Amino acid sequence: MAYSRKVIEHYENPKNVGSMDKDDPDVGTGLVGAPECGDVMKLQLRINDDGLIEDARFKTFGCGSAIASSSLATEWVKGKTVDEALSIRNTEIVKELALPPVKIHCSVLAEDAIKAAIEDYRRKRARAKAGESGKAPDPVETSNSARGGE
Amino acid sequence: MTPETRTEAESAGPRARRRRIYMDNHATTPCDPRVVEAMLPFFTEKFGNAASRNHEFGWEAEEAVTDARARIAQAIHAADPREIVFTSGATESDNLALKGVAEMFREKGNHIITVPTEHKAVVDTARYLESRGFEVTWLSPGSDGLVDLDELRAAVTDRTILISVMFANNEIGVIQPIREIAEIAAEKGVLFHSDAAQAVGKVPVDVQEMGIHLLSFSAHKIYGPKGIGALYIRRRQPRVRVAIQMHGGGHERGNRSGTLAVPLIVGFAKAVDLAVDDLTNGEIDRIRAMRDRLLHGITSRLPECHVNGSLEHRLPNNLNISFAYVEGESLLMGINDIAVSSGSACTSASLEPSYVLKAMGVGDDLAHTSIRFGLGRFNTEEEVDYVIERVVQTVNRLRELSPLWEMVQEGIDLSKMDWTGD
Ligand SMILES: Cc1ncc(COP(=O)(O)O)c(C=O)c1O
Ligand code: FES
Repeated sequence: MAYSRKVIEHYENPKNVGSMDKDDPDVGTGLVGAPECGDVMKLQLRINDDGLIEDARFKTFGCGSAIASSSLATEWVKGKTVDEALSIRNTEIVKELALPPVKIHCSVLAEDAIKAAIEDYRRKRARAKAGESGKAPDPVETSNSARGGE
Repeated sequence: MTPETRTEAESAGPRARRRRIYMDNHATTPCDPRVVEAMLPFFTEKFGNAASRNHEFGWEAEEAVTDARARIAQAIHAADPREIVFTSGATESDNLALKGVAEMFREKGNHIITVPTEHKAVVDTARYLESRGFEVTWLSPGSDGLVDLDELRAAVTDRTILISVMFANNEIGVIQPIREIAEIAAEKGVLFHSDAAQAVGKVPVDVQEMGIHLLSFSAHKIYGPKGIGALYIRRRQPRVRVAIQMHGGGHERGNRSGTLAVPLIVGFAKAVDLAVDDLTNGEIDRIRAMRDRLLHGITSRLPECHVNGSLEHRLPNNLNISFAYVEGESLLMGINDIAVSSGSACTSASLEPSYVLKAMGVGDDLAHTSIRFGLGRFNTEEEVDYVIERVVQTVNRLRELSPLWEMVQEGIDLSKMDWTGD
């Protein structure tokens, strides 16, 4: 398969690779996909009290298009508000990277990762609030969940 | 290469001649220049139809085909050149063997035994026969890719007409216990077909001594031209007959009609000669040494590499490794000056990982990370060293990028995770 220039650029020089402390209350972690499907994406967002995404980091197991999609996603969400980030659609990623139809699911994964990371952040916040008001944290917290990376 | 094209390539400058390494010799091989040379006269001067009985052009062509057929028969130790039927390649040979036997022996029985790790040319033909009322037993290969002989023996019934097991696998290079399978077939009075597209010229193939009744092979896997192959059909002990799949002018003793592709047949014979020479002139040892160098070069420098399939019962030119936590297509992209292939779903149109690895019980997670290296006559040790370097570098880089690698380093058990994929 021939790759677009932009996919190759992101693959060769991926932006914002790395990890943040997933226990940091300001960090939301999204872990989507599955090794059996050949694609797993981890996206982490540092979100400030104003709901602004200050920083983003990713790691991806997947094809070049999946790596490029997640690299692009980190670039796009940085500096955006949570609501703006949530409005990013995979179709925009497809367009920007000129992905062929068989690679659309790689972009879907990036959209899902953004949503999962924000969801995780919001859950953490809600729990922190609940904690402040005297309630115990959720007792059924699972340590290894891909859904929110809690 | 003609002088014209050479000038063109050179005038395009050094950029056009960027390094490219071909290490996908299970997919196909380049034509050996000696093969091309042997073929050339048969396109222009000696262009006759081998079936033209009444002029010199026809005689010339027929003579060339007779000679080629004899050499090819000899290469696989067939008793009689008439046992070689030319086809368009191993796919057609497999079709002719399976459908031809199934149809011919329908009265005797409707049961066929094969393995899910076969090439699609056998798998899909067997499935087609299933849809036409035949019963197919799919043996389960072990985790090393080998057929279980006891399972095979137990699968034979009095309705069984054919056992089809490939000589060597095109993905993992695993060589099946051909003699033992043939013995079981002979014991039970069942025909035995083997797809030897990957085996001829890599390991000795002797249809008589090994007890093979039908054997498929193909020129383009052994530095010959694409579009020509053969099916060996035994004529004595037992006499094997196949139902015609290609009707027409009655060529190939009625087994396969169609004007013979004389230049391709001449090239095929030359390729077979050279490939069989390779077995004894040190060439195969050179290839095996390069494969071992590649294996040790990679595995001594990278942890968590899993070799797929038996290393012991294996083609000398094959290596298939899963680089855990690095998806195959992304690895191919990183080493794009090297032609190899991957069992990852991301490289396939179906988005399903390798069915061969799946059938051996390799998990989908590892199948997605598998790479097949196929060494060949035109590879050099220096190329192997370059490939080792590039693979090690790229796998390390992609592991740094891999969330799975990171989790494993942190001691997380990936199998216990609650993944979102479906
Ligand atoms: C084991 C095996 N059988 C059959 C084939 C098909 O051969 P051909 O391309 O000559 O039809 C191949 C090659 O793709 C092969 O490796
Ligand atoms: S991750 Fe499999 S095609 Fe992109």
